[in-house]
Amino acid sequence: MALLEVRDLHVGIEDCEILRGLDLTVNAGEVHAIMGPNGSGKSTLSRVISGKPGYQVSAGQILFKDEDLLAMEADERAAKGVFLAFQYPVEIPGVTTMNFLRAALNAQRKARAQMEFSTPDFMKRVREVAKSLNIPQGMLKRGLNVGYSGGEKKRNEILQMALFEPSLCILDEIDSGLDIDALRIVAGGINALRSPERAMIVITHYRRLLDHIVPDVVHVMSKGQVRKSGGKELALELEARGYAQFEDAA
Amino acid sequence: MVAVPETVERVRRIDVDQYRYGFETLIESDKAPKGLSEDTVRFISAKKNEPAWMLEWRLEAYRRWLTMTEPTWARVNYPKIDYQDIYYYAAPKPKKTLSSIDEIDPEILKTYEKLGIPLREVAILEGVEPPPGGEPSANRKIAVDAVFDSVSVATTFQKELKAAGVIFMPISEAIREHPELVQKYLGTVVPTSDNYFATLNSAVFSDGSFVYVPPGVRCPMELSTYFRINERNTGQFERTLIIADKGSYVSYLEGCTAPQRDENQLHAAVVELVTLDDAEIKYSTVQNWYPGNSEGKGGIYNFVTKRGDCRGRNSKISWTQVETGSAITWKYPSCILRGDNSSGEFYSIAISNGFQQVDSGTKMIHLGKNTSSRIISKGIAAGKSQNTYRGLVSAHRKATGARNYTACDSLLIGDKCGAHTVPYVEAKNFSATFEHEATTSKISEDVLFYCIQRGLSQEEAVGLVVNGFAKDVLQKLPMEFAVEAQKLISISLEGSVG
Ligand SMILES: Nc1ncnc2c1ncn2[C@@H]1O[C@H](COP(=O)(O)OP(=O)(O)O)[C@@H](O)[C@H]1O
Ligand SMILES: [Mg+2]
Repeated sequence: MALLEVRDLHVGIEDCEILRGLDLTVNAGEVHAIMGPNGSGKSTLSRVISGKPGYQVSAGQILFKDEDLLAMEADERAAKGVFLAFQYPVEIPGVTTMNFLRAALNAQRKARAQMEFSTPDFMKRVREVAKSLNIPQGMLKRGLNVGYSGGEKKRNEILQMALFEPSLCILDEIDSGLDIDALRIVAGGINALRSPERAMIVITHYRRLLDHIVPDVVHVMSKGQVRKSGGKELALELEARGYAQFEDAA
Repeated sequence: MVAVPETVERVRRIDVDQYRYGFETLIESDKAPKGLSEDTVRFISAKKNEPAWMLEWRLEAYRRWLTMTEPTWARVNYPKIDYQDIYYYAAPKPKKTLSSIDEIDPEILKTYEKLGIPLREVAILEGVEPPPGGEPSANRKIAVDAVFDSVSVATTFQKELKAAGVIFMPISEAIREHPELVQKYLGTVVPTSDNYFATLNSAVFSDGSFVYVPPGVRCPMELSTYFRINERNTGQFERTLIIADKGSYVSYLEGCTAPQRDENQLHAAVVELVTLDDAEIKYSTVQNWYPGNSEGKGGIYNFVTKRGDCRGRNSKISWTQVETGSAITWKYPSCILRGDNSSGEFYSIAISNGFQQVDSGTKMIHLGKNTSSRIISKGIAAGKSQNTYRGLVSAHRKATGARNYTACDSLLIGDKCGAHTVPYVEAKNFSATFEHEATTSKISEDVLFYCIQRGLSQEEAVGLVVNGFAKDVLQKLPMEFAVEAQKLISISLEGSVG
């Protein structure tokens, strides 16, 4: 059984079709990279999988652990183990990162009928993870993402990913706005979370990220469809020849 | 609230004979006829066994009220009130006793649950009688009274307060026992002629709290009207007077997060605070009166006049309020900064949902030299509500070096509500420094989706964001109030997002 199975997915917004029959199968333990030109629908796919309202699914299916993901609210999907690292994480003034993490983690645990973490256990866990990602304690006491640099915001996304232990991680352009050192830290954090039970979908424009996070499968997306899939060498080919060759492949 | 089990225990130890405040039974009939006239005023005064000067004071207010007209400048709409169709006095009725917790309105039970108030306490709060063979009913009665009746609880704490020299009692009692203090201060901050609703209150007020803190005393506990939430009939025309004498300090909590209903739709309270040299009063309110149903029917009209007079040098008055209830809120807790170097603060969270209308804010009147004031207002509008901040900051000619900082932030949830900011500024001298900042924002879909993607429900997400928005003010509340206020904020906004 695949962890995630997207079949013939058609999605539109305001009468404009964005995903036009997309297929994607991701097994537990695999890392998939999705590459493709701007506007090809990569972010849309990530949002539809994670349950952002406002999109019309006119056809197709998304199965996650054999369950119909499209029938669930976004918070249910999160509790089931779907995590989306946002390209542009939002700022929430007045809500400290620490508080946000605890509220979110406990909400997920509650939905799964698990015990809530005690405060000391929770703090200990957060500190460990934060340390591994070079996140200073002081940052956790500030408003969520408020005044964080681009790199800090992205690290904060990985911190949450590590804390929530999702089974499917979707990372939308996690490399955008990162300098080479920040990229190394973020990629290191992501690699540390690779495991046989977990799958990742890494959305990126640049092969550079894939030097750090080596994918098992690379997909090329264009105009709302996956046009080609292959091994990690496909990323190199793309870099050499550009996306143009895939535009009219279908 | 948190104090309940302890309070119950303390009150159990009181001798029943100490329950000596039976003045309500002095007069046979227990209800004034409907409507307002000099006779109504005389009736109330007689019921309260008041001295002649108090009656005169009320009558003067009543006569003044007849010459006044209801204000219309606030951004609120309501059908015309027929003042002759209201009962102005009804004798205390024992709370309707329920035989089991199942008889409590399930909506109210749900709210208690969300506020985290244990069922045992709910039973006490809602006046459920224990089953036969349950707890000894005499003890139980006292305990129930203890929660609801300031008189007996005041007794409980009286010893400790007495040792400190603090007077804390119903104002009706203070009028009889401390007439010199009441006469000296009553109506000196909010004169009987102040405004339509305050004048009405002066004529017909039923009861309220009186506090006097003697010179140099730091009140040993936070004084809470929580114990009086259901004190009968004081909700409607409540009158409170707090005096902090030289160098003293007191913190006073009014209201309760638990939902409060009242059959009387019109509420017109007056609160007067006086601080003498180097004294400080911190006054915190949580207002959660019934806001009306989902169609906007019913709900309390809350027309309140609250004012503090920093009469002495270096004195300080601080208002903190969390307003979530009432169909209409008309309320401007203010500070008169009379003493040199005195300071005033106003921290407010005003939430409106459904069809609620809030017109609230403050007035900071700088009269003394080097006076300072600070206003932090957080307005949150959801549903089809209207939420207005109305504030005045003024510096008189002699108020050299007056300083004010105002920050007014509004948060909109959905697109059928409105938030409005109406600041008035009058600086009559050049050395005044007034700063004003205002923002209006919306909870964006992106913020909501981010939170929900991390596992929070829509309602939890809204609650979290709003609590973050209101944090600066929440931090000003006493600890035990703050925690409940946070939950209350989330509850008040339920169903506010599509
Ligand atoms: N809210 C929206 N309303 C209308 N069109 C949208 C909206 N969001 C995305 N699109 C369109 O959908 C297409 C795919 O966008 P997106 O998924 O962001 O692509 P990518 O992430 O691959 O750059 C683009 O043409 C974009 O303009
Ligand atoms: Mg994108």
